[in-house]
Amino acid sequence: MAPDIRIKGIRDGLLITVGDGEWPRAQTALFDQMQQRASFIHGARITLDVGNHILHAAELGKLRDTLSEMGVNLQIVLSNSPITETTAQSLGLGTRLSKPHPERIARPLDTNVREGEPGILVHRTLRSGYKLEYPGHVTIVGDVNPGAEVVASGSILVWGRLRGVVHAGAEGNEEAFVCALALSPTQLRIAGQIAIPPQHTGTPKPEIAFLRDGQVIAEPWDVKR
Amino acid sequence: MPAKVLTITSGKGGVGKTTASANLAAALAAEGKKVVCIDADIGLRNLDLILGLENRIVYDLVDVVEGRCRVRQAMIRHKQLPTLFLIPAAQTRDKTSVSPSDMIRLCSELREGHDWILIDSPAGIERGFRNAVAPSDIVLVVTNPEVSAVRDADRIIGLIEAEEKGPPRLMINRLNPEMVRRGEMLSPRDVLELLAIDLVGIVPEDEYVVMASNRGIPVALDPKNHAGQAFRNIARRLQGHPVPFMDLDRKDGFLGRLSRMLGGKA
Repeated sequence: MAPDIRIKGIRDGLLITVGDGEWPRAQTALFDQMQQRASFIHGARITLDVGNHILHAAELGKLRDTLSEMGVNLQIVLSNSPITETTAQSLGLGTRLSKPHPERIARPLDTNVREGEPGILVHRTLRSGYKLEYPGHVTIVGDVNPGAEVVASGSILVWGRLRGVVHAGAEGNEEAFVCALALSPTQLRIAGQIAIPPQHTGTPKPEIAFLRDGQVIAEPWDVKR
Repeated sequence: MPAKVLTITSGKGGVGKTTASANLAAALAAEGKKVVCIDADIGLRNLDLILGLENRIVYDLVDVVEGRCRVRQAMIRHKQLPTLFLIPAAQTRDKTSVSPSDMIRLCSELREGHDWILIDSPAGIERGFRNAVAPSDIVLVVTNPEVSAVRDADRIIGLIEAEEKGPPRLMINRLNPEMVRRGEMLSPRDVLELLAIDLVGIVPEDEYVVMASNRGIPVALDPKNHAGQAFRNIARRLQGHPVPFMDLDRKDGFLGRLSRMLGGKA
């Protein structure tokens, strides 16, 4: 039975894994496989994992030349054998997969990112008499003046002064919250709960309001929360 | 240069729209500008009274719009100010007698040959308001330092923005600096923080404004009165001249000191 040859795509090109067995047979199997997929692999950068095969300069040199004739470019040889690695290095081939640059990896944000939920960005001040209803989250860059009303099935975030009436989680979502740079609404509702906040005195601070045990709670809006 | 159309509105009634219209018109005309005032408060006309022109009315705005007279025939010239004209409102009709497009047509006819067209808007947010705002280039929102007036001003500013006439300018009328100092009245800062539009002037509360209105002689024509000075300053600012804001506090203190010196009944 011919040694196993596997070809798969990796970040830097193609990784070809050569199974154990006698090298001449393995090499023949490798060439056969590559011939069959000549059009697919043509021009590819090849990383060859030779596993436990021990290859000397003559064998590896021949391999590289043959691959080159087939239109592919052998760049890296991975091996479990230090002899093969030394050989590869002497031929100017790499012996390690290049490590991805750390800064290129997208660092997952440390929050509950919920994809697919609808939201809108409202870039204006809502004045008295204006009613905004939206089936999702609402972000307002501007003030919500007294006499204005915002009703959302999701959460409401106001990057400004909130002095009107707001209803978050209007369809019963008790996870919904309301936050504002200055949270002093005329009336604040979350899901089925209604709160009339006390009159604010002093400098307003950013606050967040949410439901805890069926009560509307307002706390300083702290990023470390 | 064709005239600029300035609409004076407020939402709430009784904040001093008509007084402001009469005084700004008088202040502009006193500078020699050719001014036409249009009273858009059909059914509740007042501007003719404040300007002292009630007894000269023959034709009115509805007559013009319905073609019973030419525009010139409905324009009443002011007694002291030869460049100030009034087109009075009809008293026996209602706001639906005129449409926004009628107002746009009338103003485009008046633009040539005048410098300013001032439209005194009725209170409210309905047809009359839309008639008054439709032809305007500049909207002046008048408010008092009271929560109800400021709330209505906020609403009207939203409607003006929705009509794409914004942002309007703001005039705060009947400010009592002493009450502001005692914390019993909204300060101009409180009002501006909420409304967030450009302030064009503050008119202090002054008994003399009411007296002058009753006599049909706008206070802006009185060179010594401070409320009149405030109106004259607003007229200058509307023409693009930078005029520093009056220090209402210090004026009050000075008057207080003066009256103490004269009789001790501050």
